[in-house]
Amino acid sequence: MQFEVTAGTGATILRLKGERLDAHNSDALKTRIKEIFDGGAKTVLVNLGEVRFIDSSGLGALVSGFKNAVFHKGRLALSSLQEQVRSMFDLTRLNRVFDIYVSEEEALSALSGK
Amino acid sequence: MGKKVLQLDIKIPNQTRYLELVGRIGEDLAREFGEEGGGADDLAQQLNVVLTEAMANAIRHAHEGDPDKTIHISISLSAEELWIRVFDHGPGFDFDSACAHEPEKLEEHGRGIYIIRSLMDTVVYRRTREYNVLEMWKKLS
Repeated sequence: MQFEVTAGTGATILRLKGERLDAHNSDALKTRIKEIFDGGAKTVLVNLGEVRFIDSSGLGALVSGFKNAVFHKGRLALSSLQEQVRSMFDLTRLNRVFDIYVSEEEALSALSGK
Repeated sequence: MGKKVLQLDIKIPNQTRYLELVGRIGEDLAREFGEEGGGADDLAQQLNVVLTEAMANAIRHAHEGDPDKTIHISISLSAEELWIRVFDHGPGFDFDSACAHEPEKLEEHGRGIYIIRSLMDTVVYRRTREYNVLEMWKKLS
C-alpha cells in the first residue's frame, strides 16, 4: 500500500493507493498518520476512495489516527468510502466516531469552514 | 449438514501477506456458488472479511506471529450451509474475552471476533490436546 500526502486547503490529505487495507499493511498506515500529526498537521483527511476492502486491523489503524488527532488537539476525517468499506464502519459502529464525507471536495469544504 | 457441494482445505503459511489470497478464495467461492444478483456479492464480501479476520486472528493470537507455522483452513459448502474451520496448533487465545468487545469503547484492537460473530450465525472456539479450532457456520437457505 502506497500513501500520497498532499497539502490541501484546510487539511493535509492522505490518499491510500491500494484496494486492500488489512493486517498486512495497517501498521504502515498507522505510522504514516502519526508522522503527519507529529510533523505539525492539525487536520488530516484520509481519502479511502481506492480502498475496496478493510478489516479490523485497518479500522484499528484509523482509530489510532483518531487518537493521534485528539492528542494533538487536531482532527481526522475520512472521505470517499466505497459501499463495502462503509458497511464495516456501520457494523462496528465506528460511523458514529469519524467525520465521514462523501467526497474529498465536500470534506475540504467542510474542514476549511467554507 | 446437507449434501456437500464442495470441501476446500487450505494450508497456508502463518504470514499476513497471504490474507489477501485467502480472502479472495472466499470471494470467488461465494460468486461461484452463490445465487445470482446482490446476494452473491454480499456473501462474497462477508466471506472475504470472515476468512481474513479468522486467519489474522490465528496469526496474531494463536501462533504468536511465527512465520514458519502453518494455518489450516477448511471450508465446507452445501446448498443449506457454509461451515468454516480455522485450525491452529499454538497456545490458542481467550475466546471469551475476544467476545467481550464493546463497540462503544474506542479501542484500537479487539474487533475481529466481534465482526466474525456479526456476519456468521454460530461461532465457537474449541481447544483440544492436538489443536485449537475456530468454527463458524452460516445458513445459506
